[in-house]
Amino acid sequence: MKDGDGKKLNIETRLVHGCKGFDPHTGAVSFPIYQSATFRHPGLYQTTGYDYSRLQNPTREELENTVACLEDGKYCFAFASGMAAVSTVLSLFAPGDHIIVSDDLYGGTYRIFEEIYKKYGMEFSYIDTSKTGEVEKYIKSNTAAVFIETPSNPMMKVTDIAFAAGLARSKNILTIVDNTFLTPYFQKPLGLGADIVIHSGTKFLGGHNDTLVGFIVVNDDSLSERLKLIQKSEGAVLAPFDSWLILRGIKTLGVRLQRQQENALKIAHWLKQHKNVEDVYYAGLPGHEGYSISKRQSSGFGSMISFAVKNTAMVEKVLEKVKVIIFAESLGGVESLITYPIVQTHSAIPVEMREKLGVNEKLLRLSVGIEAVEDIICDLEQALE
Amino acid sequence: MRFGTKLIHNGNEIDKQTGALSIPIYQVSTYHQEDVDKPQEYDYSRSGNPTRKAIEDAIAGLEGGVKGFGFSSGMAATSSVLSIFSAGDHIIICEDVYGGTYRIATNFFSRFNLEVSFADASNPGEIKKHIKENTRALFLETPSNPLLKITDIGGAVKLAREHGLTVIIDNTFMSPYLQRPIELGADIVIHSATKFIGGHSDVIGGLVVVNSHELARKVYAVQNGFGAVLGPQDSWLLLRGLKTLKVRMDYQQQSAQKLAEFLCSHGRVKKVYYPGLEGHEGRDIHFSQASGAGAVLSFELEDGEAVRGFLNKITTAAVAVSLGGVETIVSYPAKMSHASMPPSERQRLGISDGLVRVSAGLEDVEDLIDDFKKAL
Repeated sequence: MKDGDGKKLNIETRLVHGCKGFDPHTGAVSFPIYQSATFRHPGLYQTTGYDYSRLQNPTREELENTVACLEDGKYCFAFASGMAAVSTVLSLFAPGDHIIVSDDLYGGTYRIFEEIYKKYGMEFSYIDTSKTGEVEKYIKSNTAAVFIETPSNPMMKVTDIAFAAGLARSKNILTIVDNTFLTPYFQKPLGLGADIVIHSGTKFLGGHNDTLVGFIVVNDDSLSERLKLIQKSEGAVLAPFDSWLILRGIKTLGVRLQRQQENALKIAHWLKQHKNVEDVYYAGLPGHEGYSISKRQSSGFGSMISFAVKNTAMVEKVLEKVKVIIFAESLGGVESLITYPIVQTHSAIPVEMREKLGVNEKLLRLSVGIEAVEDIICDLEQALE
Repeated sequence: MRFGTKLIHNGNEIDKQTGALSIPIYQVSTYHQEDVDKPQEYDYSRSGNPTRKAIEDAIAGLEGGVKGFGFSSGMAATSSVLSIFSAGDHIIICEDVYGGTYRIATNFFSRFNLEVSFADASNPGEIKKHIKENTRALFLETPSNPLLKITDIGGAVKLAREHGLTVIIDNTFMSPYLQRPIELGADIVIHSATKFIGGHSDVIGGLVVVNSHELARKVYAVQNGFGAVLGPQDSWLLLRGLKTLKVRMDYQQQSAQKLAEFLCSHGRVKKVYYPGLEGHEGRDIHFSQASGAGAVLSFELEDGEAVRGFLNKITTAAVAVSLGGVETIVSYPAKMSHASMPPSERQRLGISDGLVRVSAGLEDVEDLIDDFKKAL
């Protein structure tokens, strides 16, 4: 969407108005939900632009165009879940291809690489992409892509996207960034040189813990052609009603993230001084390893915090005692959620790998919501006693 | 075009812009106006919404009326229709009307000085006795709830015409597939679309169809002013339900007939009320104005104790209020649908403590009969 002079509008405005802004046929300011599987052809060899909803559906299209516009990308594809999006990106590659992956990553991504794509003859190296120079060491003749999560899950390690993408580009390797934690509101990886952006839109983009969705955003025409082919052939597409719910969620992305981040910063500082907390991992703390890169490549730090408690026995008590904060998987919604990575989100990752990263039995992950920060802190206070 | 085809092809089957075979769900409250001096069809969803319009047009077409209206519940539809009348007006309502209608007429509208009398509408002479100078309308249900009493719609219309009354028919039990009161001369048809029209026990909705532009103007003023409108998502679900109305009704009616016959032959059943049974009072009139007996029947057991035993043992059917869904539902009028009627009034009407109402669903009727056998 552009303003009257064709100038690209600010992201807050783009969030609210989406791509088309309103339904051109009726003026409806909320895009219609086209709950239709198929579309009538006006005549032989004629189409309205829509033939069958797996190929394209008007509501999904509006969502895809909106997310593409937010990420400053040309093309976006919406899927039934974040994992369906990851899987679709992996389908771009072939047996024998090698992919370098951030070693601190979502357990589900690790599982699909190891248990599914490895069977097809693909190779994966898990390395600390946040360390400059590390990626280069692992590049081989068959390396086809670098897959980065930044900030990483759950240790909040920050990778310099522009540096990694520059290196990859010079070797003809694709850079894939999972932008779930920051969203385009805080970080736009395509502008930093990445080729492919992935989202679990279930998290901040949807924002209400009520819909599953995944996105892929690209700028390159031929990558887009290949992704389109996989999307329509495999058919892991997002349903019209879910598309509409995500469009609805996106309208408040800015205000939600601002509040969530504000809360997260206060909570991170509070946790830092707590006697029963050993370590706090939050990219917004000036002492955090990736703080300065974050400042450079993102306009915010997000609202994901991990922290290690003094001893393992405390974990169960904290999870039992929290009242405002909900003990549940997932993140990014308006409600604050707490998870125990080693048994939940990261159970699929081998113990040695987890230990090396610091994802241990003392680590808890907190997704900070939009509640009053005093209530969240109060809740943590009584739970950490 | 025959009725079964009209359910699928009612002018709303294709979205004009995209060709989508399902009308879009316009989940929206307001509409961008291109030019303040040129009013557009839609400006605010209480006043009009494209998805709601689709179900409103569909029901108007199916009932053979001039205009349809979607409401947030069957009771919102009934209340909105009653709201077109004024203080001092008098309305005659059939006496074994749905308990919710009874409640709103006696407890709510009476406060606004709308006068109401209840009459045994199955007897035209009874209706006539209640007509007064200020009588403005007849409100009828046929077959009635829960005793399936039959009112002669044509006869009531004739009487109403002589006295300048508006005839309102609650057509919930029959749906336009089996009975179209406007074709018989009625002025307003009301539906609890929650029942057979939605058909899946998943939407609360009410529909109204009127036979004149004058009535349309009045009902619209209430719909838009009072604002008990049907939401877009629910409108869409009703449109979806409507597509299978005929196949559902055909099957449900067949099962109801078999179930009624089975119950007739059962020793513990004192009486069965179903227009499909030979000997049901008003059966000939019913089949002169409707093309089927429907899928709701009632039967009487010895007493409340026997009913409790039956309800505790039944497993295939849900024990619940409501009717018309794909699931068989048994309900206990004395405690459920007609609980808001005074006990003395219930007794007088024959809604005894031994009465059970059944809405036959889409289960295999043999399973239902087996289950009823066991529970009895």
